[in-house]
Amino acid sequence: MKELVLEYLKVFVVGGLICVIGQILLDKTKLTSARILVLFVVAGCFLGAIGIYEKLADFAGAGATVPLPGFGYNLYKGVCAEIDQNGFLGVFTGGIKAAAAGVAAAIIFGFLASLLFNAKEK
Amino acid sequence: MNQSELAKERYLELVKKATPNSKILKNCVKAFIIGGLICCLGQFIHAVLERFGLSKTEVSSYTSIILVFLGAFFTGIGWYDKLGNFAGAGSIVPITGFANSVTAPAVEFKKEGFILGVGAKMFIVAGPVIVYGTLASVLVGLFYFFTR
Repeated sequence: MKELVLEYLKVFVVGGLICVIGQILLDKTKLTSARILVLFVVAGCFLGAIGIYEKLADFAGAGATVPLPGFGYNLYKGVCAEIDQNGFLGVFTGGIKAAAAGVAAAIIFGFLASLLFNAKEK
Repeated sequence: MNQSELAKERYLELVKKATPNSKILKNCVKAFIIGGLICCLGQFIHAVLERFGLSKTEVSSYTSIILVFLGAFFTGIGWYDKLGNFAGAGSIVPITGFANSVTAPAVEFKKEGFILGVGAKMFIVAGPVIVYGTLASVLVGLFYFFTR
């Protein structure tokens, strides 16, 4: 029980802190949310490459993988796995393959939502 | 009289100085709590899926898919925008926010048709994320290829 609480505490704190970084960027700079998302994904990819994000993911689980830098880290993992399997071709296929599930899900459910729901009158 | 006015003025000045920062602090606390909770939800989904005997990659892929579904669904019924007004980056930074960035314009631009409305506007935020994410992955991939 104590272990479980600790596990979720780590997830909560790390996930929350990553969002706080985003919030500070949002409030203190002129960065729009789109730019912050791009920045976070690219940062996650590079932090993965230098080995930092893996440690964070081992420590905090979903606290590191659910925020957008986790998406970038996933791209990094994907490209390495593809290169190990297919050599140079993996440089091209790895990233998009790793992103495929999330992107396809966003397209599928976003499209379905556009069929089912209408924009609210403003 | 004069002194109390002066004090009042100074007080107002202090308020003015302090307000933006305390507002930022407040925003950060809200982002921290909601962002943390969304990650805990992800951890919970992950833990449940692990019991189905899926592989590690499958578990994390399905976790993402479910979170994206939740983000899209709550965007569709209008709750996610309300959450966003409260939580700021706490709802933008998790992957549910990525789903929101796809779904919200898809719903909103439906009136412009399914090709140039839904189909194109869906990627107004997700597009740049995919473009620069892919480019970053190619760069680190090249580095990995030549240094492994």
